[in-house]
Amino acid sequence: MHSSVKQTFSVLLTGVVLTCLPLISQAHRGWIMPATTVFSGEDPWVGFDAAVSNDIFIANHAPLRLDDLQIQAPDGSLVQPANTATFKSRASFDLNLKQVGTYKIATASGGLMARWETDTGERRFWPERGKKADPADFKTSVPKKAKNLEVSYNYRRVETYVTRGAPSQAALKPTNQGLELAPVTHPNDLFAGEAAQFVFLIDGKPAAGTNVSVVADGSRYRNNDGAREFIADKDGKVSISWPVPGKYFIEAEYSDNKAAKPAKTRKGSYSLVVEVLPQ
Amino acid sequence: MIVALDRLLTNSRRALAAGLCAGFTVAAAQAAQLDVSLELPKLAVAEYHKPYVAVWLEPAAGGNAVQLAVWYDSGKANRKGEEWLKELRQWWRRAGRTSVMPIDGVTGATRITGPHVLSFTAGAAPLGTPAAGDYVLFVEAAREVGGRELVKIPFTWPGNSPQKLNATGSSELGAVSLAITP
Repeated sequence: MHSSVKQTFSVLLTGVVLTCLPLISQAHRGWIMPATTVFSGEDPWVGFDAAVSNDIFIANHAPLRLDDLQIQAPDGSLVQPANTATFKSRASFDLNLKQVGTYKIATASGGLMARWETDTGERRFWPERGKKADPADFKTSVPKKAKNLEVSYNYRRVETYVTRGAPSQAALKPTNQGLELAPVTHPNDLFAGEAAQFVFLIDGKPAAGTNVSVVADGSRYRNNDGAREFIADKDGKVSISWPVPGKYFIEAEYSDNKAAKPAKTRKGSYSLVVEVLPQ
Repeated sequence: MIVALDRLLTNSRRALAAGLCAGFTVAAAQAAQLDVSLELPKLAVAEYHKPYVAVWLEPAAGGNAVQLAVWYDSGKANRKGEEWLKELRQWWRRAGRTSVMPIDGVTGATRITGPHVLSFTAGAAPLGTPAAGDYVLFVEAAREVGGRELVKIPFTWPGNSPQKLNATGSSELGAVSLAITP
């Protein structure tokens, strides 16, 4: 029932703000937050906090795992963070912006996954939670038939961008794996009162119907998080306006049944932190 | 149409004058003039740093900025003063982030409180020769451990008669005025 309602809405209100239905499952939110996003000068440094939390942006639950952290420099090369540390409720690291242009900071993980129940009702996962598995082991590790067997390609991506000098394009290029945001408006060129256009991609193709939720910083100090919800149009596009300057959390979810075998479903989740500056 | 024709005649007269009086001051005296005066207010704060200030023009319909002045800590060792240029947020977006500092004839040291007058002549750097049309003058100020303010004055360049336009800031800038002599 819920999914058919959602379907109707996506047809009627493509790319329009929805306030009545929470389209994104309200699990904990993962984010990488830069202190600021726009830099001048010869040798700027920027600090990041990365966490999984309920409140935006308060690190009060768990650190974001940085095992898969990748930082792409303006020239396309991968660079290393400095002073990486994982604390009880957040992880932190620094980055020296040696090049002029835009850096992409991301963690991405996922791949083939399966879940099922044993005859006695025990839930099983492959790979086991928190572990990585070789896809070659799929046949030997996952039963062909089992109760509530669900096999999917499932990708998760958490990103942010920072820029020294003029914004550049190279680091914005998608990897074409999982759900990604391809900026039309540069993510480090956002100003209050202007609208930004973003295109969501699933495995490099427009992710029509992606559910997008936008939450302004300071959700802890409001009675509700004030999330604005959008649905990507047939080209995967959404247009998001910024009523006030500040930091914003953008979260997106997508799923379909166009997965390559042996999976049946394909799922992607994505989050991005942006900074919106005053006019 | 009549205005355009009139300007054409005026221009050809100017060209003639310039040709006849090359080396004399007549031609120079007729170049359009743009004067900006801006006040940096005295502020009762415990920790005062002289503000970074940027002054520039943009075509009202959008287009490249004409940078007139940028005051920052240009004398600091290792170009350390450039670290805060981004706080002039609109200037940084419209012109700063694509500029290589320092900019000859544009950048200079920060200035003390009080009124400051800047004069620019058409045909000479940094004003150059803007095409006739509608523009906006931007004056932006940002102060360390202080605030930021942007004041705008729309105007027509060069116009047919002298113009004097005023605006006032409310925190980081005092009176701002623009005088144009076509």
